[in-house]
Amino acid sequence: MTPHVLTRSLDRSASIFILVVAGLGVLIPLSNLLLPAGSALQVPTYLVALFGKYACYAILALSIDLIWGYCGILSLGHGAFFALGGYAMGMYLMRQIGSRGVYGNPILPDFMVFLNYPKLPWYWHGFDMFWFAALMVIVVPGLLAFCFGWLAFRSRVTGVYLSIITQAMTYALLLAFFRNDFGFGGNNGLTDFKDILGFNVQADGTRAALFALSCLALILAFLICRAVVTSKLGKVLVAIRDAESRTRFLGYRVESYKLFVFTLSACMAGVAGALYVPQVGIINPSEFAPGNSIEAVIWVAVGGRGTLVGAALGAVVVNYAKTYFTSGPLAPYWLFMLGALFILVTLLLPKGIVGTFNAWRESQKETQVANAESAALEDGVGEPKPAE
Amino acid sequence: MSVMEGRTTSALLYLDGVHVSFDGFHAINNLSLTLEAGEMRAVIGPNGAGKTTMMDIITGKTKPDEGTVLFDGMTDLTRLDETHIAELGIGRKFQKPTVFESQTIEDNLLLALNVDHSVKGTLFWRGNRDESERIDRVLETIRLTDARNRLAGSLSHGQKQWLEIGMLLAQDPKLLLVDEPVAGMTDVETHQTAELLKAINKEKTVMVVEHDMTFVRELGVKVTCLHEGTVLAEGTIDQVSSNERVIEVYLGR
Repeated sequence: MTPHVLTRSLDRSASIFILVVAGLGVLIPLSNLLLPAGSALQVPTYLVALFGKYACYAILALSIDLIWGYCGILSLGHGAFFALGGYAMGMYLMRQIGSRGVYGNPILPDFMVFLNYPKLPWYWHGFDMFWFAALMVIVVPGLLAFCFGWLAFRSRVTGVYLSIITQAMTYALLLAFFRNDFGFGGNNGLTDFKDILGFNVQADGTRAALFALSCLALILAFLICRAVVTSKLGKVLVAIRDAESRTRFLGYRVESYKLFVFTLSACMAGVAGALYVPQVGIINPSEFAPGNSIEAVIWVAVGGRGTLVGAALGAVVVNYAKTYFTSGPLAPYWLFMLGALFILVTLLLPKGIVGTFNAWRESQKETQVANAESAALEDGVGEPKPAE
Repeated sequence: MSVMEGRTTSALLYLDGVHVSFDGFHAINNLSLTLEAGEMRAVIGPNGAGKTTMMDIITGKTKPDEGTVLFDGMTDLTRLDETHIAELGIGRKFQKPTVFESQTIEDNLLLALNVDHSVKGTLFWRGNRDESERIDRVLETIRLTDARNRLAGSLSHGQKQWLEIGMLLAQDPKLLLVDEPVAGMTDVETHQTAELLKAINKEKTVMVVEHDMTFVRELGVKVTCLHEGTVLAEGTIDQVSSNERVIEVYLGR
């Protein structure tokens, strides 16, 4: 009955989602590279980069939905994991510049020469190798999330208190990365990237490939999230979200579940950040700004928490609106509009776009079933007609 | 370690000289109580007598300031947390029915089954016939077979109480702590619940906290009356309800 229909419809929306993302991931790069520039169907390179950014945001939104929508952990610091993944990729890209920098130092990135670093700090070693950087993209956010979560969940910090300390975490990182002596380029961050794996980051082909990779990563992240939430572990997560102490009294170690899903989510956010940086060409401490993390939570709320597809959709819709409005005369009012959007969605569509749509379709189906039943009754199948 | 050298008591549950105070308020005061394996015990007492706090102590939610709490004669429950205690075989039904409202009745029972509760175990879980048969049996016992695919949140209050008892059964504990199982139930449902608990008691040890004296009488078991965090009287329902002090503080004249 109901849950069967629910899983089937979710499966269907899941496959539609994957098909759409895969289709865009193939068609947009092809159109960009193969069609002549200026043709009506040709997607210009700047749009490819912009869509690539949206895909990365969608991965971040999925990672937030996994913990917030399914386990009730409202992290207002997920931008930190995104930024850390971004910095790991940025460090690799900096090391690739080599002697092509302004100061021509083969080892030290420009900002280190400028700040009179005698030698490369120890934590920069290894980042000249792509595999190492790629590993760090997952390990660093994962490790931070693991340590943070271990302390927070074991001490049973929940609800708004947890949200506040996640904000504090990302703010602390913001301040640390702003410092010149922290070794990550301070205020300016890491930029002026030249190439990635030997390909010029500015080239159309590289941008198209990065976009396709971002779509692939989005699909993979989606599949991982689906696998988690449809497993029995997913049911335990929802149980924790809805009645944490009940779950404990059934013999589940709630903190282990939270720690697992929080760490997984942070790793996904790190990958999103790593794909984001080569496409926007810069990573600086402003990515740690608490506002960024809150914005990402709004995407999920708008799209529909606990639906996965909705989170990704919300990220794209809100960011498209942001791009549209901030490039016009309404630019100064964007933050007001974002705030208004959040309030309106909370008041009018508490389940978000996809959540509301699902609920509406559910009710449609129920009416259909009810209609069919009453029709069967009127046909007099096995039931005597009531006297009128 | 939490396991002591050898058994010190034959009782399944043994509380001795337990004290708990919250900000100077003595919720539990020198409480001593034993429950033999296979026994069913009804616990009564006025509001604030410490009935729920006692359950909190047994299940590890509250740590006593002093006193001994032993399970199965050798396990010191005061050193363990809720998860550990649940895994030892102590199940609990809350005063306010607490089920997973956004999940189906079947899933509620599936979550309650005492199978591998580790992260890895649940992530790679595959259902098996034994598990689904156990769920079927519990559904039958709590008379919710037809509603198995409905969301638990859509159940009536009484049905939720039953589902929570069903979750206890799926958990298959040695000791069931049942807090006000018939609150908000009709007379028929109350009677059915008494029958159900009696049936459960054939295999398991049960402690029931309840205000409904008709229900307690129907259970026909040994009764403990708590007052101000300590045992006021203990015995058959007739003995306890004719006790002068019990009448004074609880039943009223």
